Amino acid sequence: MKIRGSLQEVIYFSIFRGSAFIGIALLFMVLVLLFLTGHSVIDWHFLTSFWQHREITKGGILPAIIGSMYLGIGVMLISFPLGMGTAIFITEYSKNSFWRKIIQLAIRNLAGVPSVVYGLFGLAVFVNFLSFGTSLLSAILTLSIMTLPWIITASVEALEAVPQKFRETSLALGATHWQTIRKIVFPAAFPGSMTGGVIGLARALGETAPIIIVGATFYLSSLPTSPLDKFMALPYHTFILATQHSSPYASSYAAGTALVLILLTFLLSLGAITVRYYYRRKKDW
Amino acid sequence: MGFKKDVHFSKNLPRLIFGATAALTVFSLISIFLFLLMSGVGAFKEIGIKEFFLGTDWNPTSFHAPSWGILSLIVGTLIISALALFIALPFGLSIAIYLSEIASPKMREMLKPLIEMIASIPSVVLGLLGLLFLAPLIAKIFHLSNGLNALTASILVAIAALPTIASICEDALSSVSSRFREASLALGATKWITIKKVVVPAAGSGLVAAIMLGLGRIIGETMIVLMVAGNSRAFPHSFLDPVRPMTANIAIEIKEVVVGSLHWQGLFAIGLTLFLITFVINLLADILVHKRRSYEN
Repeated sequence: MKIRGSLQEVIYFSIFRGSAFIGIALLFMVLVLLFLTGHSVIDWHFLTSFWQHREITKGGILPAIIGSMYLGIGVMLISFPLGMGTAIFITEYSKNSFWRKIIQLAIRNLAGVPSVVYGLFGLAVFVNFLSFGTSLLSAILTLSIMTLPWIITASVEALEAVPQKFRETSLALGATHWQTIRKIVFPAAFPGSMTGGVIGLARALGETAPIIIVGATFYLSSLPTSPLDKFMALPYHTFILATQHSSPYASSYAAGTALVLILLTFLLSLGAITVRYYYRRKKDW
Repeated sequence: MGFKKDVHFSKNLPRLIFGATAALTVFSLISIFLFLLMSGVGAFKEIGIKEFFLGTDWNPTSFHAPSWGILSLIVGTLIISALALFIALPFGLSIAIYLSEIASPKMREMLKPLIEMIASIPSVVLGLLGLLFLAPLIAKIFHLSNGLNALTASILVAIAALPTIASICEDALSSVSSRFREASLALGATKWITIKKVVVPAAGSGLVAAIMLGLGRIIGETMIVLMVAGNSRAFPHSFLDPVRPMTANIAIEIKEVVVGSLHWQGLFAIGLTLFLITFVINLLADILVHKRRSYEN
């Protein structure tokens, strides 16, 4: 009986361990396959010149890189302050009130809305109702709402990790509630909420479905100069090359673009995770 | 008096500002629902709810007799969701059990972020690799002319949903009180018996919540199914048939339609259906998590 139990245990535990390593192997397989298919097209010219849609071997993905960067910066400027503000309200101003429950429920449900539905929403509201047209601005606003729940969740976690003692000490020294938040709680939580935010931002940069609907285009002769211009973006460019282009080189150029995209998102996430790791080790609470 | 008022005001100003930003989340959720409803409700009226949900033919651009039934699209979504969950759930739960119960703290510290990194793979990248590598492989295994079908899409969607399922299952397992484990081990149960009979059942509703949230993620996945599910509007009969799930249908057609036309309204009605499905799933997951919290307290 004992022996059968332990044999079963050995088998099951190997399955569990194996699953974890297969999961990680999948991650590396994605990177390796992408690298093998796409690395040959990546050179300086590919990264720094304009796209030629007819002869894809002649051009580069500069407008897509710039477009994705504009998109990322715009989303950051809108969703970070809103997300952190909401998180401060939840943790500092609404102790277990009815409002807190409603807001948290809304956040969890916003996080579950499919990205293509965010695209439809952006199309109805920003593109048509507010007449921003299919543009960088519409895409930034759409993706900002989409990333908001991720940023809020990360910031709430960071704020809740600040020990209650900090707040009590500050209040006991005569600081007001707002001074305590501004000078003590927020600075302590800021690095944590920033890292969470950057990870969310990296995910937003890879989103394709919403920007197909609200503003990305596959060809530009000049870079966008106003928020109301159309823009190119790395994920959409990957999609177009993968599915809509007849050139025999299209798949390696799609993989090259995808490689640039995934390196960008992984560097952002990894950077954020590393910063958080060192910060956690440094802090003494 | 003026001073007092001033103090009162500056005391409440931050509260007001942060309260307003927080209210924006509720406002967003409600306005998503309302805009989908306003843009899509015309389709239900014009087409009829029964015809819309039970018609198997979706062909809005037909010149003679356009048809507006989304059942084939719904079944496409269901096949892929069921299959993807069937793959991702045991896989994700195994990873969670390993991370929470078996791995050393150091190992867990190293592996968990890596598993979560899978979530940062953009779905368009998974779709691309599906087109280039998985679809040809599936075609070869099942002797098909091409591998763009529900099975291929399900495998890739399962990979996309894996980190969600694994990480929420792991949270649920880790939050089981260690007293339960210690009591079981003290009674002479092996580690495996403890996991099977004590830890997993105790994490029960948390695990169901993980399934629900994973399912929400799977149903909403767009790019993978758009690229590798085969895009056929015919009613699917097996998981090797090409399908066009609801999300893919919206992404394909929305750029081509006239704003406000019946076709536009029909696509928003599909969006509204998706929104309501994921909303209900999330709500159920939420209730389960809360039930669990109150039980622990």
